[in-house]
Amino acid sequence: MAKKGMETMVGLFVLLGMAGLLFLALKAANLGSLGSGDTYSVQARFDNIGGLKPRAPVRAAGVNVGRVKSIALDGKTFQGVVTMDIERGFVFPKDSSAKILTSGLLGDQYVGLEAGGDDQNLAAGETIAQTQSAVVLENLIGRFLTGMASDAAVPAGTAPSGTAPEAGAKK
Amino acid sequence: MNFVARLGAGTLEQFRGWGHAAFFFFDLLRAVPASLRRFGLVVAQIHAIGNRSLVIILASGLAVGFVLALQMYYALVAYGAAESLGLIVNLALVRELGPVVAALLFAGRAGTSLTAEIGLMKAGEQLAAMELMAIDPKARVLAPRLIGGIVSMPLLAALFSAIGILGAWVVAVQLIGVDSGNFWSIMQTRVDVWRDVGNGLVKSIAFGLICTVVALYQGYETEATPEGVAYATTRTVVISSLWILGMDFILTALMFSTP
Repeated sequence: MAKKGMETMVGLFVLLGMAGLLFLALKAANLGSLGSGDTYSVQARFDNIGGLKPRAPVRAAGVNVGRVKSIALDGKTFQGVVTMDIERGFVFPKDSSAKILTSGLLGDQYVGLEAGGDDQNLAAGETIAQTQSAVVLENLIGRFLTGMASDAAVPAGTAPSGTAPEAGAKK
Repeated sequence: MNFVARLGAGTLEQFRGWGHAAFFFFDLLRAVPASLRRFGLVVAQIHAIGNRSLVIILASGLAVGFVLALQMYYALVAYGAAESLGLIVNLALVRELGPVVAALLFAGRAGTSLTAEIGLMKAGEQLAAMELMAIDPKARVLAPRLIGGIVSMPLLAALFSAIGILGAWVVAVQLIGVDSGNFWSIMQTRVDVWRDVGNGLVKSIAFGLICTVVALYQGYETEATPEGVAYATTRTVVISSLWILGMDFILTALMFSTP
């Protein structure tokens, strides 16, 4: 009888441990949201992929439809080739476009798909033609600075003199 | 000259010790199939090693979850990222703290009792008596404990992480007022089952093996005196802990070095 009781306790312990693992996998990790695993892969070429990483989400209208499978560099065109796994349940027109976007101000980067208007849908292995690269902060700042410099060069002196009297008038 | 001779003797002694431990380990592995045939012994050991460690593991996990959540909130709220609390606690527990802290507790709670038990069996010449009766003590006594340790440790580590996350949920959602939906959904998008939970599980299995083998070896090789058993028990905790911490660094470097 004592042996039976002990075996029951061990059984309960093992069940509890399994329940803990199941909780970690389903509630505290992404097993519940992995989908059926039935996907098809689509490629897109970007001039600059920014900080995109493998396994980053692919979203359409903000809804997760797949994941980035792999990222490679095309040695001929020097473009980043992003291969995405998209769930079978979602199909997109052939002329859909792909953008690399950022979630939030400092969040992770993801691929945003925007549906086009074509009658035919993207099939497995096809390439999305229209892409928009990631926004690189340094380029953005560089463009802003050169833009400011060219603005300042033409009306040299007018902007400072325009503001100086105002500041003086307020005194 | 004397110094050189002593250095040589020390080196040889060290290698002899490692070789001895390695032979012990492989003998133990060879005894595992035989002990699986008498499964009742294994069940009894899971009860002694796993069930009886449950309370300390659950209590510690809950405390670690509480404290992590409180401290992380303090740092995160400055960046307006209090919602990520659950994610940070989850990753810290599942990847590192769950396996490591549970294994350290396991070495203290179960490893010591294994060493003392085997050590006293040896001191009382029970192991020698078994050998005289042509019963292999490795198969009859040691191997069931090894399997018990390897089975129990991952379950205990998983429970440690799970209850830690629940503890963090209590602090974050009930006390601080973080949104419950965000707490879970950020985890679910950022924690990967195979990479994070799976690797944590692999770690805890490795630590279970290390803890149990160290404890059994120290008990089996103890001097047959009360001081010898006391010394072996202490060494079990020290050696297991150092091995766990060292292996954790190596495993983390292998598993999580790429972002």
